[in-house]
Amino acid sequence: MKQLVDQAPAVSRADKGSDRAIGWLQEQLPKLVLAPSFAVIVLFVYGFILWTVYLSFSASRMLPNYSWAGLTQWDRLWNTLTWQIALDNLAVFSVLYIVLCLVIGLTLAILLDQKIRVEGGLRTLYLYPMALSFIVTGTAWKWFLNPGLGLERSMREWGFDDFTFDWLINPDMAIYTVVIAGVWQASGFVMAMFLAGLRGIDNEILKAAQIDGAPAWKIYTRIIIPQLGPVFMSAFVVLLHLAIKSFDLVIALTGGGPGNATELPATFMYSYSFTRNQIGVGAASAVFMLMTIAAIIVPYLYSELKGGRK
Amino acid sequence: MSAPSQDNALRSAIYWRALIYSVLIVIAVIYLAPLFVMVVTSLKSLDEIRSGNMMSLPIEVTFEPWIQAWSSACLGLECSGIKGFFWNSIKMVVPAVAISAVLGAFNGYVLTKWRFRGHNIIFGMMLFACFIPFQIVLLPMSQVLGFLGLANTTSGLVLVHVVYGLGFTTLFFRNYYEAFPNELIRAAIMDGAGFFTIFKRVLLPSSGPILVVSVIWQFTNIWNDFIFGASFASGDSAPITVALNNLVNSSTGVKEYNVHMAAAITAALPTLLVYVVAGRYFVRGLMAGSVKG
Repeated sequence: MKQLVDQAPAVSRADKGSDRAIGWLQEQLPKLVLAPSFAVIVLFVYGFILWTVYLSFSASRMLPNYSWAGLTQWDRLWNTLTWQIALDNLAVFSVLYIVLCLVIGLTLAILLDQKIRVEGGLRTLYLYPMALSFIVTGTAWKWFLNPGLGLERSMREWGFDDFTFDWLINPDMAIYTVVIAGVWQASGFVMAMFLAGLRGIDNEILKAAQIDGAPAWKIYTRIIIPQLGPVFMSAFVVLLHLAIKSFDLVIALTGGGPGNATELPATFMYSYSFTRNQIGVGAASAVFMLMTIAAIIVPYLYSELKGGRK
Repeated sequence: MSAPSQDNALRSAIYWRALIYSVLIVIAVIYLAPLFVMVVTSLKSLDEIRSGNMMSLPIEVTFEPWIQAWSSACLGLECSGIKGFFWNSIKMVVPAVAISAVLGAFNGYVLTKWRFRGHNIIFGMMLFACFIPFQIVLLPMSQVLGFLGLANTTSGLVLVHVVYGLGFTTLFFRNYYEAFPNELIRAAIMDGAGFFTIFKRVLLPSSGPILVVSVIWQFTNIWNDFIFGASFASGDSAPITVALNNLVNSSTGVKEYNVHMAAAITAALPTLLVYVVAGRYFVRGLMAGSVKG
């Protein structure tokens, strides 16, 4: 079938002689159409990856410097306290972000799956944060969590005199404000994924279980949730990828502060590359981020493509 | 005997449903709270913000913050509001979405209907490109944009967004065209139709849904982008997200929270509008983005 689709136009069009060139063109046309995009991807994605990898082994400081420096920049990266903090923060942030999004997303999806009247409206409500820029949501949450004017004061005015909520300016707690805003933004999306998964489950099995008198919670824990494995996997991959890339939200919400209490690898890379004149260290941190994501994405994409083809 | 127990079961079912509804509604209120606070704050005077409750409705509604945010708020030394940056974003997003959607459509067409050896490797490479953390390309890209003379320009940002959006649009169209019957293509070939004619006459007329998904996806991502804008377009050519961040995080002068909130809502309006108008497709686009099927 492939071959037939491939060659048919060339055969039908090309006669002899002068038409042969046109025939060749017709035959190569699909490849010519794809070529620019392919070239762009090869250069701007894979070429740039190699370029950044090389920069991470170079002597670059303020400007790119292409003399080889071996592992100097990598040494420097691992000996930078801020980088250690960024990795610790990423661990805290990504674990909480992923677990909370999955739990809230699944809970909302199960509740919405109970033949709720206003399902469409509620779904829209839970999902709208996903349409907004992290810069906008960061700005909104920064205002909402403002210790002097925001939630704290509202609660005190409503009579909770001792209510204190200063996480945004508390170095020990600031990273959790990033978690709150991040979960608010993404949990609706996870809900949509789970809801799609729930709707895809075979109704016959569920009816059989109901007739057998199994209580609803048992049907969910024994039959439905185990079948959502692939959705869990997809959601996990997407969320982890979002967590590692998180940059805008931190910049808008806390700017990495107070101090460097909410520094993440993404903000570290940006400030070392563009404001602290440590291009080599920035490149090394970027390569580390890519490797972390690739370690999860590559096996995942491989299994998805394999599975899709059967 | 059975009547009271049935009655109990019915009653507990009603309680159960009431519980479900209240949980769902409470969560909906929590999801809405930040947006509500943004809107009411943007309609209050600064005095009212300082003296009142964040959650309360404005006593006296004022649109002054909106006017200021749009045309006279100060970003650094310039005091001409965010309107210029809003137009920057429009000038960036329209061509970038159009170009990446057209290229993605052709790529998807070739990768499903005109396959050649190695087509799956090319597709795999494009797919992986969707997932790279953009930090890995920032340094070379800023060099290349400088070299091309596109640093700090909207055209430069268009190029960047077309390049890094290609993977997604190709993925969407490829998955969509994969399900399109090959028999129709073969019939068109028998009739002597060429590469472009087949695309235009056979595939394009039924590409509406996936085109909508691609446009929404690209529009949202490009409009909401911050890292490319902040890295490659400072100053006058900055997109709205960068301008908003500069406005909110500028450390000089009095913090005009009402103006900040008005600016934030302005920056959010286009994607919110798209989401409200085409929300169903938006969800579908998000789902497709998670590499399903």
